[in-house]
Amino acid sequence: MTSTVESQDQTDALAERIKQAHVAGTPIAIAGSGSKRFLGEPVDTSTHDKLDMTAHRGIVSYEPGELVLTARAGTPLADIEAALADEGQRLAFEPPHYGAGATLGGTIAAGLSGPARPYAGAARDFVLGTRIINGQGEILRFGGEVMKNVAGYDLSRLMAGAHGTLGVLLEISLKVLPTPRTQQTRVFEHNAEQALAAFSSWAARPWPISATYWEAGRTYLRLSGATSSVDAAASALGGESVADDVDFWRGVREHERVFFTDGENALWRLSCAPAAPISDLPGSLALDWGGAQRWRVTDAPAEAVRDAARLHGGHATLYRGDARPRGQALAPALLAAHHRLKHAMDPAGILNPGRLIPEG
Amino acid sequence: MSDVTTDDRARALDAAGRIGKPEMVAALQAELPHEIVLHDDESLRPFECDGLSAYRTLPMIAVLPATIEQVQTVMRICYEYDTPVVARGAGTGLSGGALPLERGVLLSLAKFNRILDVDTDNLRATVQPGVRNLAISQEVDHLGLYYAPDPSSQIACSIGGNVAENSGGVHCLKYGLTTHNIVKLKIVTVDGERLTIGSDALDSPGYDLLALMTGSEGLLGVIVEIVVKLLPKPELAQVAMVAFDDVRAAGDAVANIIKAGIVPAGLEMLDSPAIIATEEFVHAGYPTEAAAILLCEIDGTEAEVAEDIERVRQVVNDSGASDVRISKNDGERALFWAGRKAAFPAMGRISPDYYCMDGTIPRKALADVLIGIGELSKKYGQRVANVFHAGDGNLHPLILYDANNPGELERTEEFGGAICELCLKHGGTITGEHGVGVEKIDQMCVQFPKAELLQFHAVKAAFDDKTLLNPGKAVPTLHRCAEFGAMHVHHGEVPFPELERL
Repeated sequence: MTSTVESQDQTDALAERIKQAHVAGTPIAIAGSGSKRFLGEPVDTSTHDKLDMTAHRGIVSYEPGELVLTARAGTPLADIEAALADEGQRLAFEPPHYGAGATLGGTIAAGLSGPARPYAGAARDFVLGTRIINGQGEILRFGGEVMKNVAGYDLSRLMAGAHGTLGVLLEISLKVLPTPRTQQTRVFEHNAEQALAAFSSWAARPWPISATYWEAGRTYLRLSGATSSVDAAASALGGESVADDVDFWRGVREHERVFFTDGENALWRLSCAPAAPISDLPGSLALDWGGAQRWRVTDAPAEAVRDAARLHGGHATLYRGDARPRGQALAPALLAAHHRLKHAMDPAGILNPGRLIPEG
Repeated sequence: MSDVTTDDRARALDAAGRIGKPEMVAALQAELPHEIVLHDDESLRPFECDGLSAYRTLPMIAVLPATIEQVQTVMRICYEYDTPVVARGAGTGLSGGALPLERGVLLSLAKFNRILDVDTDNLRATVQPGVRNLAISQEVDHLGLYYAPDPSSQIACSIGGNVAENSGGVHCLKYGLTTHNIVKLKIVTVDGERLTIGSDALDSPGYDLLALMTGSEGLLGVIVEIVVKLLPKPELAQVAMVAFDDVRAAGDAVANIIKAGIVPAGLEMLDSPAIIATEEFVHAGYPTEAAAILLCEIDGTEAEVAEDIERVRQVVNDSGASDVRISKNDGERALFWAGRKAAFPAMGRISPDYYCMDGTIPRKALADVLIGIGELSKKYGQRVANVFHAGDGNLHPLILYDANNPGELERTEEFGGAICELCLKHGGTITGEHGVGVEKIDQMCVQFPKAELLQFHAVKAAFDDKTLLNPGKAVPTLHRCAEFGAMHVHHGEVPFPELERL
């Protein structure tokens, strides 16, 4: 199909920039719209050359019958979602935009997923192939546009969540899925412990669940799929119906709810085992992803938050606040493996240095 | 069986350590129980091949550790003496990924066969790598749970091998591959250190090493523990068996089902030779006059299945199906599947040998590739039966041959290579789920240009600085590609013209 999205191929110019930076040893700050700049460690833009990806845009191919879409990294996420919606399809991992200009490249580089993540999969699960520029300015293609592909190491999925530190994303091929025919959301009065227990018991049965969230004494359960099965589940599980639930889930996904926007205290994301007990931290709490993603607005010291996450096999990331680093430190042996991998992809260490892991 | 001593592939596997066999046996026995270090020909014989039995090599030594500490000891000693190591699970792989090295250590993880923990709160199981795939689902069956990826060898194949190969199965379109169904790994590195990759959470800080490790064919580390996801068993599954008089119509029906917004749990296709052979074998009620049949399984709640199976019926009728039958109960569903599942043994009944290929193509190319394989079959004068994971575009052509006829295996392999390249021509890949191993190492030279291969080697070196882990598999050296290119010119271009050749 032909796309109405503006199309522009900057591959050669971008690769040339990286080639030169590799030779000169100039650090490069890869930039899309900047909607996710608040994530990861800050990059010193005074000493870095900015590599603007927004002009490298356009849907390269999209065939609904293949369930595959390939687009350039600078393509606005909104354009991609509109093109998919025209065909009754969508990105099943419901990526957060965190800004009107969010690009596909930034979405995959940040590796973020929305409310459907525990039930539909994460951003990395939908990456089928990538075309990248490595740290030496070479244009490389990994994976492809097919559902199953085990030829060579899976360097495509490795790009998801790497924050551009292993390569500049040029094109990404994603598995897309049909939009469920119907969805509805039920709400229950629960305290946090009751919510966790409900998440656990729901997850063990084959209900058509597509999102779960708890905040301020209320559990929200979204059901998606065939009309008959959503209706049957809703009447079996009970709860009250939520009107305008599309807005509700957008508010959760985009952090537009008052829980996320209100106040001065730090906002932390704790990623842990879904059924992990709720730790004793001051401030307010929201439970997302069936309990596997927990949001904390708190004035607790950063180390206390990190310890709480670590205790249950997880990790904490700062979304708003001054603590540094924003992410959680890696065990020494694992950090060493990260440095060797970074060096293998980007020997001169020029791609977004320090953004994801401390420089080695 | 080919003569491995003159086989070019064997030369690529000619890695050796700094000390000879007696010294290596002594070094291992100095720190490990003697009975787990096997070194006489008779006890090494069971390890000489995996599921790709055309290739056989007796390892120098086989070690059967029972603890992670013992695995660490083996790796530390091998690292010290630069001795290459091939890890092996159940040995059911179809690409020769666990083919031993004549001067290497074969590390069998067969004793790692315990399910360590089932966590019903978090829906996970912690398992050792030698646990059989099906054993996990059996263990949690009474809880209404299962482990989703189900390669056809699931009765025998081990979960460690599944992770190493990123195994798929019949239900990938809806439930994903191994990479989508694991959350944490413990590995032992080439120098004997332990590393935990992934976590109990749904994501981990840093790079997604879980993705990198899955499907790396034992080239980056030795997997010693795995945490898998468990899913609730669907309330109901029903299968539609759909016959077509025309292969192209069947291919179109696959695309039309997907376009209609249906995500089947399984969507399989058999062509006429496969239908006839399996029907004669298991009497599943397949229409032997059909050019192709589709098996389309829908699972979910009762209401959902009823709704979607009707939609499937409409779509396939509109796509020109000649016959549609819906399973009425689990017994009939099992019968419809019996033919598909018996496809391989059915070939064994009509041919002394068969060679199972594995490639993935875009769904829209299904009919063209099937027709292309038919033309190749005429050219090589060898019969082929096709069974597909059609929903994923993953094909398994079975080339029938007789290894006792001189030259027939070699011709079969050439035919297989031509099928790989046909897949590439249609925008596909040379392996969808069986891995590269030794089998498809040459086709990797066709799929990947030099820069990508060099990047793979650099990543390998980041985890294995001495190239001791399963060397010679999965990613070819540039030298090897140059040799392959010399006998096999692709699109009239000579690959790697810059390499010196002697």
